Amino acid sequence: MATVFIPTPLRKFTNNTAKLEVAGNNVSEVVSKLTGNFPELKRHLINADGKIPSFINIFVDDDDIRNLQQEQTVVKENTIISIVPAIAGGRE
Amino acid sequence: MLYIEKDLVDDLIAVAESIDEECCGFLFGYERFGDRIVTETMVAQNVAKNRRDRLFEISPKEYLDAERYADANNLKVLGFYHSHLDHPAIPSESDRIAAYPELSYLIVSVINRKFKDIRSWRLNASARFDEEVINDRTIN
Repeated sequence: MATVFIPTPLRKFTNNTAKLEVAGNNVSEVVSKLTGNFPELKRHLINADGKIPSFINIFVDDDDIRNLQQEQTVVKENTIISIVPAIAGGRE
Repeated sequence: MLYIEKDLVDDLIAVAESIDEECCGFLFGYERFGDRIVTETMVAQNVAKNRRDRLFEISPKEYLDAERYADANNLKVLGFYHSHLDHPAIPSESDRIAAYPELSYLIVSVINRKFKDIRSWRLNASARFDEEVINDRTIN
């Protein structure tokens, strides 16, 4: 199973767990399984269209899945999937 | 309450005063009995595509590296800091929209390149910011 690394802002939805073992053949399956196990994560990771929202970045090991095969990126046993929310703001 | 050593605050202020764009970065530390103790800060590059004097953005990879650093060093990302140039240390709507609960959002106000104020904020259950007291023993 792949390891999913949960960033600090989302750990409140995973019982404060930072690393989770989740089964799946690709990123889409892993995210689906993850949000099935932790339903409160779903509104952060899946939008109304059933897609991963633009303000959530997902890395497979060191690569953004936007540079791979998006949500169809293949996941292997030793893959580490990291969920990375966008961090932004400013005076405006 | 957010505890942060004066030396760390001074470093943040020095960076904020030295550039003509919003600075930004990470607050690392740990929690104890409801208090949050910042033990380290790390500057990040502001990669906002425009108006970096009014906006900041941290690259996903840099943020991921910061989370990995915290994990490897038994620390926690307690929050983020950024500066407001010629503007109060009060979160904007764009700050609010991008914020997550549980984290501290430290804002350094710089007016005419001089430090004016530093305040910390946390998102409440209604998705509004409440001010978080900074331990004033660490700040002049």
